[in-house]
Amino acid sequence: MDTREKDIEKLKDYKYGFTTDIESIKAPKGLNKDVIKFISKIKKEPQWMLDFRLKAYERLKLLKEPNWQKPKYPKIDYQDLYYYSAPKSIKDKPKSLDELDPKLLETYKKLGIPLQEQARLNGIAVDAVFDSVSVATTFKGELTKHGIIFCSMSEAIQKHPDLVKKYLGTVIPVTDHFFATLNSAVFTDGSFVYIPEGVKCPMELSTYFRINASETGQFERTLIIADKGSYVSYLEGCTAPMRDENQLHAANVELIALDDAEIKYSTVQNWYPGDENGKGGIYNFVTKRGLCKGKNSKISWTQVETGSAITWKYPSCILKGDNSIGEFYSIAITNNHQKADTGTKMIHLGKNTKSKIISKGISAGFSDMTYRGLVDINSKAKNSSNYTQCDSLLMGNKCGAHTVPYIKNKNFDSNIAHEATTSKISEEQLHYCQQRGLNPEEAVGLIVNGFCKEVLQQLPMEFAVEAQKLVGISLEGSVG
Amino acid sequence: MSEQLQSDFDKLVKTSKFSNEEIQFKKNFLNNFIKKGFPNRKQEDWKFLDISQIIQKNISNLSYFNDYSQSNKIDPSIFVDGLEHNKIIFINGRIEKIDFNFEDQNKIEIIDETRKDISFDYENSLIDLNSAFTDKFFKILIKKNYSLKKPLIIYHSINDKIKSTNINLRLDFELGENSCLKLIDYFANNTAKNFINIFYNFNLKKDSILKNYKIDKFTNKNLKYSFNNIEQDNNSVSETFILSAGSDYFKNEINCNLNGEYSSAFINGIFSLKENQQHEIRTTINHLVENTKSYQLIKSVLGKNSKSAYQGRIFVNSKAQKTDGYQLSKAILLDETSEFNAKPELEIYADDVKCSHGSASGSLDENSIFYLMSRGLNYQQSKELLINGFLMDVVEKITDVEIKNLITNIIGLKQ
Repeated sequence: MDTREKDIEKLKDYKYGFTTDIESIKAPKGLNKDVIKFISKIKKEPQWMLDFRLKAYERLKLLKEPNWQKPKYPKIDYQDLYYYSAPKSIKDKPKSLDELDPKLLETYKKLGIPLQEQARLNGIAVDAVFDSVSVATTFKGELTKHGIIFCSMSEAIQKHPDLVKKYLGTVIPVTDHFFATLNSAVFTDGSFVYIPEGVKCPMELSTYFRINASETGQFERTLIIADKGSYVSYLEGCTAPMRDENQLHAANVELIALDDAEIKYSTVQNWYPGDENGKGGIYNFVTKRGLCKGKNSKISWTQVETGSAITWKYPSCILKGDNSIGEFYSIAITNNHQKADTGTKMIHLGKNTKSKIISKGISAGFSDMTYRGLVDINSKAKNSSNYTQCDSLLMGNKCGAHTVPYIKNKNFDSNIAHEATTSKISEEQLHYCQQRGLNPEEAVGLIVNGFCKEVLQQLPMEFAVEAQKLVGISLEGSVG
Repeated sequence: MSEQLQSDFDKLVKTSKFSNEEIQFKKNFLNNFIKKGFPNRKQEDWKFLDISQIIQKNISNLSYFNDYSQSNKIDPSIFVDGLEHNKIIFINGRIEKIDFNFEDQNKIEIIDETRKDISFDYENSLIDLNSAFTDKFFKILIKKNYSLKKPLIIYHSINDKIKSTNINLRLDFELGENSCLKLIDYFANNTAKNFINIFYNFNLKKDSILKNYKIDKFTNKNLKYSFNNIEQDNNSVSETFILSAGSDYFKNEINCNLNGEYSSAFINGIFSLKENQQHEIRTTINHLVENTKSYQLIKSVLGKNSKSAYQGRIFVNSKAQKTDGYQLSKAILLDETSEFNAKPELEIYADDVKCSHGSASGSLDENSIFYLMSRGLNYQQSKELLINGFLMDVVEKITDVEIKNLITNIIGLKQ
């Protein structure tokens, strides 16, 4: 095998599958009051935070794991997990992106977009979450100048307790569903963003999540508050090392947009999906919810989901303020034995609220993909409208594509339109591309990218390129 | 509740002429029902219409026993005029008359099937209730190559002699190869609060055609549930039309298995609801083999405080390549208190398929009203004209001209 072939071989495997040998502090295995107290203590949290966690824990004891979703998974033993894991010494933490992960950077180079260069050229501030503790925060100075707070959750609890206290748990209360409540009890870190009144955040904010230690669940918690008239665009990217066992990822993300504010939240999720036979991989059970609290506010979710053994998430918008807008753009790609049950909820409460849902699902191999969405127009949400489009593409007859929209219209002034189609890549399109010199895989990549274009357009420019490549790589080996 | 069920069941056994074997069968169904209870909103399929709660609120004194040994008087005033037809008359849950006067009697067979078990899997507890309390049930067999000359109308009626508040009906139909049946379910006028539970099982052999029209037009206080199970062999066609307008609560459920190649299923429905009515249509179309087709069109016009729901599911097996599936649901909300819920579902495991669904809901288009008013109609007339056109779209899908005219007249639409 010459080097070129080897390179190609490598490309087919999961590229972020490496572990970093760093000694880490772990909380004792299991879930109980002591572990929660341990987490709270080690993070030097104030009493109210500990109370918040304990309240969630009490609630959790009453809740049952939901089981209505399409992808079933073996029962998780919550007592057999580590709920806290942090690099032991501060010296071990990468201080800048250069130190973060040479291999990671190398892979990015392979993809044609070095992260380093990305950061420098495009002025992206990165808050990298390495296991559970935020370790690298860049571009702080520039942000501080504008009065923007962009730090780790634990830092925010120490330094900005008022803001955290005021908003944490207001969109996803501690009494929410099982996984959200679990997160409220044991969350370790995450990002905190506050954009002050009238400020347009000058750069894209970005977090990089990695699950490193084995047998840990990653429970991060993100809170983004956009004050009146402000704007922020936030991007998260996720990868995890290759492991045989399944790992749980149960994050909570809360967005709050006040009057005239806009939040744009983009996700490129590429957790380890398990091997070809469906062994290992991440369970990505995430709760993401945005609240358009003020008038004329806007929240826009964009997601590219290519990884994880099981993805189970519904980024939602609660359109409470009059004239508020919610948007959801999604590409979900499943291959091999991956399963995804994803979609959105648009809950219209205020007058003249608008929402738009564009969802593109692609399934290949033995995978299963479900779009599940809710559009609920309340009786007080006069003159509201929703447009939903969900398209699925199937490759082969071993995979499945499902659409389960719930449509509730309680207001006669409002309009809801929903469309969905399911199709496959036509022979003609393939033939046309191949005739012009593309090989079958390239042809599929091109067609799929065209299929996803409406969503890819919504991503910040530099990530759109990355996402486009990811789309191609995720589908490797699914044609022919 | 279970005591009432048990004692009513004992009364039924005492007054009827069921054989021991039949009683045993019925007992099993009864026990199943007692175990499961009435469906409630915790079950996904009953999310939009919680039958357990509706019964509690409206028919608190639910009782199940009817004396099937006594015959009821037939009131001919309920019969449909202007259309020659065969009749089956149900009064108070008892089959009073089966009349195939217009047909060749050798081509139709009526078989007692009371001791036959249900041939398909189901979770629905109402089917258990139905099978436990229904009178003797029959299978109507249309023999090979025979098309009924006239449609068959099944009259569902209740008079004031009724003892129970729950009525169960069950019929099986088998359409032999290349046969054809046009079946109209006609719900007669009735004001009492009853729970009516209907279960039909259709078996369509090769090349057969079934046309089923359900007409619930007269305003009544009933809670109705109707379940159709349709099994389709090669090249068979089923067409179902539902007019859901009269009852306080009505849920129509259709489960259709396309087992044979080139078979097709069409479901068209109209909800025309006024004050406080709550109706639902739920369909499941299972595309199990290649080259099958299904088409569904459901339209609602919703008045004050009314609610309609459409739950449609298209399932495509991995073997069922070249499937063509389509669902469209549209609703006009006339009042700020009306509500429309939809859950159009696609579950697809084959790649060479054409499946799509659409759903739209909103108020009447003001521009269209303006257009009509600028041409001399008043507001009310414009509104009526628009609704007329909206619903006519569904009625136009009826393939039988005679029946189409009948239904147009019954609804009061203009062509």
